Amino acid sequence: MAAHLKKRVYEEFTKVVQQQQHEEAPAKKLRLTKPSKSAALHIDLCKATTPTDALQYLLQFARKPVEPESVEGVVRILLEHYYKETDSSVRLKIASLLGLLSKTQGFLPDCIVDDAINTLNNEKSHQVIAQLLDTLLAIGTQLPENQTIRLRLVEVACRHLTDTSFGVRNKCLQLLGCLGSVDKPVSKELESMVLKDVQKIIGDYFNDQDPRVRTAAIKAMLQLHERGMKLQQTIYSQACKLLSDDYEQVRSAAVQMVWVLSQLYPESIVPIPSSNEEIRLVDDAFGKISHMVSDGSWVVRVQAAKLLGSMHQVSAHFLEQTLDKKLMSDLRRKRTAHERAKELYSSGEFSSGRKWADDAPKEKVDTYAVNLIDSGACGAFVHGLEDEMFEVRIAAVEALCTLAQSSSSFAEKCLDFLVDMFNDEIEEVRLQSIHVLRQISNNITLREDQLDTVLAVLEDSSRDIREALHELLCYTNVSTKECIQLALVELLKNLTKYPTDRNSVWKCLKFLGARHPTLVLPLVPELLSTHPYFDTPEPDMDDPAYIAVLVLVFNAAKSCPTMSALFSDHTFRHYAYLRDSLSHLVPPLRLPGRKLVSVSDSSGMASSEESSQQFLRQSLERVYTIQHLEAQGAQELLEFTIRDLQRLGELQPELAGAADFSATYLRCQLLLMKGLQEKLWNVAAPLYLKQNAMASAAARQILEETYKLEFLYSGLETRQVAIVHHVRLQAKALQLVLNARTSRGVEPLLSICEKFLQEVDAFQRCFVAELTHFQDSFVEKLLELMPRLLACKPLDLVKILQTTLRQSGFLHLRLPEQLHRATATIIEPTGESDNPLRFTSGLVVALDVDATLEHVQDPQNSVKVQVVYPDGQAHIIHPRPGDFRNPGPGRHRLITQVYLSHSAWTEPCQIEVRLLLAYSCSKSRTSILKPAWNESTDGLPTTENSIEGTIPFSKSVKVFIMPKPTRR
Amino acid sequence: MPQIQVTPLGAGQDVGRSCILVSIGGKNVMLDCGMHMGYNDDRRFPDFSYITQNSRLTEFLDCVIISHFHLDHCGALPYMSEMVGFDGPIYMTHPTKAICPILLEDYRKITVDKKGETNFFTSQMIKDCMKKVVAVNLLQTVQVDDELEIKAYYAGHVLGAAMFQIKVGLESVVYTGDYNMTPDRHLGAAWIDKCRPDILISESTYATTIRDSKRCRERDFLKKVHETVERGGKVLIPVFALGRAQELCILLETFWDRMNLKAPIYFSTGLTEKANHYYKLFITWTNQKIRKTFVQRNMFEFKHIKAFDRSYADNPGPMVVFATPGMLHAGQSLHIFKKWAGNEKNMVIMPGYCVQGTVGHKILSGQKKLEMEGRQTLEVKMQVEYMSFSAHADAKGIMQLIRMAEPRSVLLVHGEAKKMEFLKQKIEQEFNINCFMPANGETATTVTNPSVPVDIALSLLKREAALGPLPDPKKPRTMHGTLIMKDNQSLRLVAPEQALKELGLSEHQLRFTCRVQVQNPQSEQDTLNTIYSHLKSVLKEHSIQHLPDGTVMVESILIKVSAAAEEPSTKILLVSWSYQDEELGGYLCTLLRKGLPQSTG
Repeated sequence: MAAHLKKRVYEEFTKVVQQQQHEEAPAKKLRLTKPSKSAALHIDLCKATTPTDALQYLLQFARKPVEPESVEGVVRILLEHYYKETDSSVRLKIASLLGLLSKTQGFLPDCIVDDAINTLNNEKSHQVIAQLLDTLLAIGTQLPENQTIRLRLVEVACRHLTDTSFGVRNKCLQLLGCLGSVDKPVSKELESMVLKDVQKIIGDYFNDQDPRVRTAAIKAMLQLHERGMKLQQTIYSQACKLLSDDYEQVRSAAVQMVWVLSQLYPESIVPIPSSNEEIRLVDDAFGKISHMVSDGSWVVRVQAAKLLGSMHQVSAHFLEQTLDKKLMSDLRRKRTAHERAKELYSSGEFSSGRKWADDAPKEKVDTYAVNLIDSGACGAFVHGLEDEMFEVRIAAVEALCTLAQSSSSFAEKCLDFLVDMFNDEIEEVRLQSIHVLRQISNNITLREDQLDTVLAVLEDSSRDIREALHELLCYTNVSTKECIQLALVELLKNLTKYPTDRNSVWKCLKFLGARHPTLVLPLVPELLSTHPYFDTPEPDMDDPAYIAVLVLVFNAAKSCPTMSALFSDHTFRHYAYLRDSLSHLVPPLRLPGRKLVSVSDSSGMASSEESSQQFLRQSLERVYTIQHLEAQGAQELLEFTIRDLQRLGELQPELAGAADFSATYLRCQLLLMKGLQEKLWNVAAPLYLKQNAMASAAARQILEETYKLEFLYSGLETRQVAIVHHVRLQAKALQLVLNARTSRGVEPLLSICEKFLQEVDAFQRCFVAELTHFQDSFVEKLLELMPRLLACKPLDLVKILQTTLRQSGFLHLRLPEQLHRATATIIEPTGESDNPLRFTSGLVVALDVDATLEHVQDPQNSVKVQVVYPDGQAHIIHPRPGDFRNPGPGRHRLITQVYLSHSAWTEPCQIEVRLLLAYSCSKSRTSILKPAWNESTDGLPTTENSIEGTIPFSKSVKVFIMPKPTRR
Repeated sequence: MPQIQVTPLGAGQDVGRSCILVSIGGKNVMLDCGMHMGYNDDRRFPDFSYITQNSRLTEFLDCVIISHFHLDHCGALPYMSEMVGFDGPIYMTHPTKAICPILLEDYRKITVDKKGETNFFTSQMIKDCMKKVVAVNLLQTVQVDDELEIKAYYAGHVLGAAMFQIKVGLESVVYTGDYNMTPDRHLGAAWIDKCRPDILISESTYATTIRDSKRCRERDFLKKVHETVERGGKVLIPVFALGRAQELCILLETFWDRMNLKAPIYFSTGLTEKANHYYKLFITWTNQKIRKTFVQRNMFEFKHIKAFDRSYADNPGPMVVFATPGMLHAGQSLHIFKKWAGNEKNMVIMPGYCVQGTVGHKILSGQKKLEMEGRQTLEVKMQVEYMSFSAHADAKGIMQLIRMAEPRSVLLVHGEAKKMEFLKQKIEQEFNINCFMPANGETATTVTNPSVPVDIALSLLKREAALGPLPDPKKPRTMHGTLIMKDNQSLRLVAPEQALKELGLSEHQLRFTCRVQVQNPQSEQDTLNTIYSHLKSVLKEHSIQHLPDGTVMVESILIKVSAAAEEPSTKILLVSWSYQDEELGGYLCTLLRKGLPQSTG
């Protein structure tokens, strides 16, 4: 309304007239007169002579949104036409429109229930009946509280359940599933109505003749379960029968049903047919679902494999069967290759060449005891893991993972199978199995032969696979020192083959060393190639392989104090060097005969963090006394505090986010204060320009900083966002005032003022809940004066703004619990290379960019790469969504290629590459009400004009390039 | 009773020379037409004189179906069609049609040119035979004639291998050929829908084996090759030209790609090059991975695998060579083996079974010194490895296929009798269905009970449907109608009136009348009332009327009461009903005979 009123003040008269016509009309007339839109529809429909025409009009009508007030009128017209219409396709469309209309937000569809049910009773066409039931479903879901209507609808559905058309029965079941009463009615009056046992009614359709109806029945039952009804155990046997249905969609739904029941009644006892034994229901269901892993349809297989993963209550005996296929050959029991490998290993002999008939079968199998197919869970995962479709394999791997996490003995067993999956033909599956192994690696210790197979994958040419494997090795436990040596050798091999893996390999060795100090200890002399008598040559300090070995040794030495005795002189020197240059990889060590650089044990660390947190708090509190200070003093105080906070952020990485955030906020305040300085505004007119330049620069900078505040930090609550917006509003006010002083004439000012008022309005709408915290602030005063502002002239407005700005107080900033600043580091290109990248001008060259991102939300859409050429040309490149990987919570990795091109240069020059964080105001955290009509794109114009921009958030890296002229 | 007869001419309790005759619904079909590798005399081909006494086969067989291109499934085809004589259609899949003649030609060359046999089929005969072939697609239903139709399903095993469903009317047989239920590096797994055939004819090569996971074997294989190559050794893999060779090639090719290896891989030329060409073409027949990625790169366009030349064997440095034949008994593979055997860094990997007496079998059983021709001895220092890569379904796979197809009975072929016995017993025990395993020349007969389709008049159906609630599909329901069987037309069920009209007959009514004596002292009118109320209480579902003319009507049954002339207390009930109400009428009679309740109303 405010925006509208203000328009009346400022806009030319002709426009106002137009507006009035358009906006005033539908104001408060609901039932009495038909709104223009429905009237138009009515006319259209009356004009239509053939059903095709009518259909066309209806289709056109459906493209535009309908306001909540006029929905009812439209519905009446549609119904009126419905009764007259003879063509069923038009009736169908009308019925579907009714459903769509009743979903309009702000419209209560209870008034059209009667009509809809009436039409349903007189309808002959099955398709239209189905559509009408769909409409009823839409109405029913819109009115979740109204029990009476729901009961009525359920009754209608029950009546149509005997229809001959599958479509109608489908919809009835769907309706029953969505609206059937879940619990007993509370009020007395409802009890008089016959409560139908929805479960029983739906259950009767489990063996309908049409597979689609069977599916719908199961789905409706699942829907009931989702809505909180406790399903009866009796349907278990029915559901089990449906597992062998002819149709895949039925089987697929039945698998889900069986799973749901197994979760509801895990401990009940069910009999095994054809014997008089009994087992737990969850075990029985597990066996049955395992069986479905070898189903004919891959959709069912995927589902079965997925669901197996979530059956944690199953007994261990059954679980382990899934990995056992009970091999035999010529009726003799055979051991699997895994068992043989284990035996070889435990007998002390490792990696023998396989002989012919080495896998010769052993004892004879009793032919009567062998069960070829009906052995329940037997080998389900073995089948799943070698399935034809990779979707099934991935599902099986994931299921293995979740099951292994809950049972360590199972984890031990499934290890061999997971390791086998490292050889899968599809990279996705390989990657997934490596990730899974990492997740369960806490439960297991790798044997040497297993480690050997794992390490073989280090030579994979895919970078993702290698890095996943490094990540895995970080978390792996190994049993012997040979394992450590093996791992080191393989990692070094990897390093020589793929030098780009340097960082990842080092990090991996860091964890490996820290995890197994005692296993590394006996290897140290060999690793450092020291000799008891002779001095050995000093290794090259720049050799990545040597650094890798040192990283391993130093990290092991951290918890093994005796190790340092084995170091030679140069090792100590190298330690000092590495501790400085690669401090994230080399831990502080207590070395004999050296003074400790920074001994900070864990307790000291904790206390220092606490004290710095306190410091942060105190300095923020100190700032709040600012109101009582002189301008000069206040500025100084702010400057000091900003400096302190910045330094604190550097010292304490945990608090960097919070410290940076508050420092930036304070800087905004400081700038604002400077911009509003008393003497600035009192100077004589000729000096305006200079002062103005300074103040407007300040305003611009504040704006920039506020965007950083809003988008660069994650973990902000609405309160902080509101404060940031408030600062932005102040800066805009400042800009407005400055503008008013420089510009001549009222015309341009008019639009600026209007825009500003719009923004105030938007602020008020978005942060209504927060306004209580804004006592005594700029915006509060502004809102108080709002009626006056809307009425007054631009120049008056400027004056008011000026005084309010000056008088307004300083807002307290309360920090949220977790505040992180988004950061990005470009790992590659390193910017160290002196060799220019040469390419022919006019063609493109690909530059590999590898960067880590931290605390970036939605990097796929927000992170961009900027390339700045020496001539000032800047390009922004959008990386593909597939280029982002997510190695851990809050961390992302961008590995992409940037294409460069330029016209020819005479000599190599540097370009700058940096990462940008893109933001846009319109999709910021303030949620905009979306029009309910889903198809509408031309709905209400968004009031906020979206401001888009970018914030650089990484250091730029310089790369030498050299475009050469083309040779002719 | 209709029956299906199955007679194996080959592959009955035996491996090799697959040839199975099926007569179903008056049609005769020959499934596969293979040769036996073990014999060089007449026994190598099936005995076609079983079908005819030395005349042409055309009039006895409706069609021939070939499941895949292996010689033990198609080797006798030119002999049968050209020398014995068959002009009917021969069905096979497109890849089989493409590759089959290459193998037949190769087989002919070896037999005729090398062994010098005469009276064998010629190249021209192969060509003529292939002209009779009709190619089919997967899941395509081919109408052989008006009644016989066949449909192909994917079978894995080798490129183009298919299972066939043969259907006449409602009777059907599924023949699996050779199939594989676990996918490998280049082919997918066999699949069939729930077609519920009367007989499933399944191979049973591995009837008593449950195999280990394929991945273990693959990993082992790759590790061994990789280690040897890294050591600088040479790897020899003797293979047969088609089938496993392609799988191993893909395996090594992708591994080389993944691991960035540089050592060369060679494949001996000849047959394989031609065959590889077809592998590239028939991408749709391969597995998911190859199908999905062939747009970027056809997996059969090998980057690392190159053609082999005799001179390469002496090149220094590591290499991997695939060479034919697979059992090291002759040819290039033996030649290379002799060159490399002396070096302990080298390795030979046997990917399949070796027949006794071949060099392959000798080295696999651990012999270190081999006697060669010309009294030379060859010392084997190289490592010898055995890896089994087989593409047949194991016992579990066979059971899985049976579960997928849900047949009414199973017939096992292509396996050893002893092993079949075990599987037969398992099938009978677990699925509770019949299982046959006929020997060659023995006939297995199954009686079928096909349902006979009848056309029903729509008006009749609607009338019957209107009578009661929706028909329950699980329960049979009786209805009144007339079945018309006219010469050579399909059966029709029509309403009686219509049947009468069609046949030009007039309708006759048949009524039964029955007298029942009841002792009742009441008057006639009261007796009637008693009967009325009695029936009303007993027959609740039927409409019972008391008509003004002194009768009671139950549906259409008429009951009249008259007092006996001599004894007034004895009432005679006259019950009359039409033929259609026979059931109810009979029931009423017995009910009334039991007497009336002694309550006076």
